[in-house]
Amino acid sequence: MGASQTRSESVYQELMDKTGFSLEQIKNLKKRFLQLSGNEETISRENLDAIPALANNPIRKQIIEAFFDKRNQRSSEVGHLEEIGFEQFVMVMSHFRPPALRTSVEEREVMRKEKLQFLFNMHDTDNDGVITLVEYRKVVEELLSKSGAIGHEAARAIADAAMLEVASTNVPDMAPDDFYEGITFEHFEQILKGLEMESRMHIRFLDVDTSTMRCGKSTS
Amino acid sequence: MPLRTGSAGFGRSLPERGLLLLVVLVVLEGFFLPHGAASSPDVSHKESLDNHREADVGHNFTKKAFPVLSLDYHHIQTPFEISLWVLLASLMKLGFHLIPRLSGIVPESCLLIVVGLLVGGLIKLAGEEVPPVLDSRLFFQCLLPPIILDAGYFLPIRPFMENLGTILMFAVVGTLWNAFFIGGLLYAVCQIQPANPSDLHQLELLPCLLFASIISAVDPVAVLAVFEEIHINELLHILVFGESLLNDAVTVVLYHLFEEYAGAGTVTVMDCFLGVISFLIVAVGGVLVGAIYGILSAFTSRFTSHTRVIEPLFVFVYSYMAYLSAEMFHLSGIMALIACGAVMRPYVEANISHKSHTTIKYFLKMWSSVSETLIFIFLGVATVDGPHSWNWTFVTVTVILCLVARVMGVVGLTFIINKFRIVKLTTKDQFIIAYGGLRGAIAFSLGFLLNKEHFPMREMFLTAIITVIFFTVFVQGMTIKPLVELLAVKKKQEAKRSINEEIHTQFLDHLLTGIEDICGHYGHHHWKDKLNRFNKKYVKKCLIAGERSKEPQLIAFYHKMEMKQAIELVASGGGVKLPSAMPSTVSMQNIQPKKPPIAKSAERALPQLTRGREEEIRNILRSNLQRTRQRLRSYNRHTLVVDPYEDGFNELLIKKQKMIDLEKKIKEMNNYLTVPAAPPDSPTMCRARLASGRNTDFKPAQQQKGNRICEDPQAYSMKPASGTVPSIQVDLASPQSPESVSVIDEFRRANREEDDQGLVMRPRHRPGGPNKKTEEEGDTAKDPQKLMRCLSDPGPSAEDDEDEDEPFLP
Repeated sequence: MGASQTRSESVYQELMDKTGFSLEQIKNLKKRFLQLSGNEETISRENLDAIPALANNPIRKQIIEAFFDKRNQRSSEVGHLEEIGFEQFVMVMSHFRPPALRTSVEEREVMRKEKLQFLFNMHDTDNDGVITLVEYRKVVEELLSKSGAIGHEAARAIADAAMLEVASTNVPDMAPDDFYEGITFEHFEQILKGLEMESRMHIRFLDVDTSTMRCGKSTS
Repeated sequence: MPLRTGSAGFGRSLPERGLLLLVVLVVLEGFFLPHGAASSPDVSHKESLDNHREADVGHNFTKKAFPVLSLDYHHIQTPFEISLWVLLASLMKLGFHLIPRLSGIVPESCLLIVVGLLVGGLIKLAGEEVPPVLDSRLFFQCLLPPIILDAGYFLPIRPFMENLGTILMFAVVGTLWNAFFIGGLLYAVCQIQPANPSDLHQLELLPCLLFASIISAVDPVAVLAVFEEIHINELLHILVFGESLLNDAVTVVLYHLFEEYAGAGTVTVMDCFLGVISFLIVAVGGVLVGAIYGILSAFTSRFTSHTRVIEPLFVFVYSYMAYLSAEMFHLSGIMALIACGAVMRPYVEANISHKSHTTIKYFLKMWSSVSETLIFIFLGVATVDGPHSWNWTFVTVTVILCLVARVMGVVGLTFIINKFRIVKLTTKDQFIIAYGGLRGAIAFSLGFLLNKEHFPMREMFLTAIITVIFFTVFVQGMTIKPLVELLAVKKKQEAKRSINEEIHTQFLDHLLTGIEDICGHYGHHHWKDKLNRFNKKYVKKCLIAGERSKEPQLIAFYHKMEMKQAIELVASGGGVKLPSAMPSTVSMQNIQPKKPPIAKSAERALPQLTRGREEEIRNILRSNLQRTRQRLRSYNRHTLVVDPYEDGFNELLIKKQKMIDLEKKIKEMNNYLTVPAAPPDSPTMCRARLASGRNTDFKPAQQQKGNRICEDPQAYSMKPASGTVPSIQVDLASPQSPESVSVIDEFRRANREEDDQGLVMRPRHRPGGPNKKTEEEGDTAKDPQKLMRCLSDPGPSAEDDEDEDEPFLP
């Protein structure tokens, strides 16, 4: 018992170093993980799909897919996983860590790039480093998927307008027979410059253990 | 300084000059002079004037049969003088912007106060009684509401809500701290002050606290006036401005509390407790009153689709009633107005027509800027007027304490707040927040309200308040701009909100909500999402008429953007050109994965994303645009203006008779009546033009290339200098010229084989048979269409400066 305790402690320590979460946060996440997986070692897509609060989220599929994307594991691998363990789960979560108290300009820049890369990966489903028009349309369609027929119609128009905007801001002088293949990561960075991702793309991870409260809520 | 002398001349003989300006009969002036001298609003003068006038009339009656020309200044005195003040204010505002260097150095508010000082001084020099211009009733009931409504209606809700905690902290705790710190120390200083025992020793603690509570509140009018000029980044702006709005509740409560007990003398713990309760009631009650009126207003606007003319009125009247109702119960009127504006706006905007929206925007801006100008001028006038009692100790101590308290409050509170904030407030930010704590006319008006019997030191208070206002507005207001530049504080980016940003804002919202849900804890994203869903499901259905209630935010944004661009295109001389769909087509090609030469597109899942697709998109865009057009049209129908469509049609018929040989063509043009000039106006198209036109000059080489995108009006209007070629020539040399058409057409034909019905509209866009068109035809065909475009849009010139007020847009 004591051995396993220390073993898990050391695993936690490793995760803490990797992700920057605090011990409490990791413990909280672990609890949630076990709750989601039904005390299994790994989580599958169905587990996440079953979360009731997610049911109304228009981009549910993409969010879930992001957890199983190897690119989000801070390794150079590519492809999709069928199941993820706790470590992968926390790795994905770590993209949503709020910026630390004191960060230098470079650190912020790195953080921003990471977060943007996460978003980019969500859009770039075939992993060719470019968000094509087809992919972008799909994003917008998903985004509007909850609004019925008008959403479907308008989504294409919006995606086209958005794509055209990207093309025209990044490659302003384009010959008529040039072809804008899609949004590269640099262009992606460029168009989202105004959004200050580094400070906006985060959620608050609980420091204190509120599992009882949480369980009560999530079961309801 | 011609301006100063100008204003001096203006002030010296205000009524006469005003008359001159308004071009009343010059002859009248002779009659007018004696009365003009007595034209002060002073009541006793009026009496004698009345008698005088009566005598005059009686005199006339006996002597003359009928007074052909008579003078009755008194009859129109009040509105006339009000008009004169407004005129003065507007002229001053106009004048400052004619002197470019001056307005760059000195903020407008300072200049206006100086003008007020001069005018007041001149009135006094003329031996007149200075009118009590900054009377509290006038101020709180007429001058303040427009400014606050303007602020509330155009409040950037998202940053406001995101920083609500910080703002409330500054507004409530900060103001309380300021009030008690200043009040307490002021009292202490007055007690230990040995030099002037008779005066200051009488001052008790409660009056001190009352004075401090008046002086400690940051003033929204002053903050707005200064911060709009320095273009600070959104976060700082909303922090300081939000604070100035929300601290009203604290000020109201403190003011009434201390005023109440200043007479009574003692304050018990119970009273403090009641004060806290009262604060909650004042704040929450104010917001509730505002929200109720806001919802009422939104609900009313649901049914205005047949009487567009009075739409803007509902917004103003409901807001004003919210303000008055809140004031009636001594609730916070400012908070009521803010809540009312913020609540009603999303729903009202979905209901009302575009023109009404523009009207609301301009009316609010106009009223608020006139109000603001008047307030500052009146501040100057009141300074000259007021009975002053200058007490060196009191005044200097007040100014110093104000500064110290502000700095300490901001630094202390930021220390606490930063523990909870993700985006920390840096030292620079703190400095700007502290330095931006300007005091203004609200403090003065509150001081003016004080009862002389209860507060024998009223004059001294007023003097001190004025000094603090002047100090903050002049010293801080003038130096804040250089300081912002010196410290390199982040400025506001003037970028337009792009559709990509909007998409990703929404995407991020959903993403974060989703991640929170997966994490299993319910943070504010979760609750925001719940609220949004509730809003969409129930509230919008009740408050928004028709299908627009179901419109998701992204689509609404898209439509708005589309609309704006259409208007911009029309306004920027889109009518000069034949609206050809060509440039956009080319640009769409650029992003369409459809070209056979590019190997990749074949691999992609959708190789048939071609012309048909494109045409479909265009259809969507067109129908969207048509919807907005219909809104515009319905407006006109109810203003008894001749329906421009009707008009256009008649014009067209005349044209038709003139050019019988082109009858067929014009009939084709008629299609634009049902599908009003949509394709060139749709945003993708004009964006494409903008984008592609940017780098094109009107070089002959490019014209030769034919389907090069250099012929669009956008590009032309952007570079008038480069347009050595007259526009029509450019027009004709470009893609309509036979060879270019054929080039495109061949290209198109290649695609036309495999796809499909999407091309139904095609021939209409391109008048004449593809290869037969002569230049002459192009020219004549263009004319009626140009006409169409001008007429079919209800007044492009009215929207002319749509882009000018871009900063006003949320």
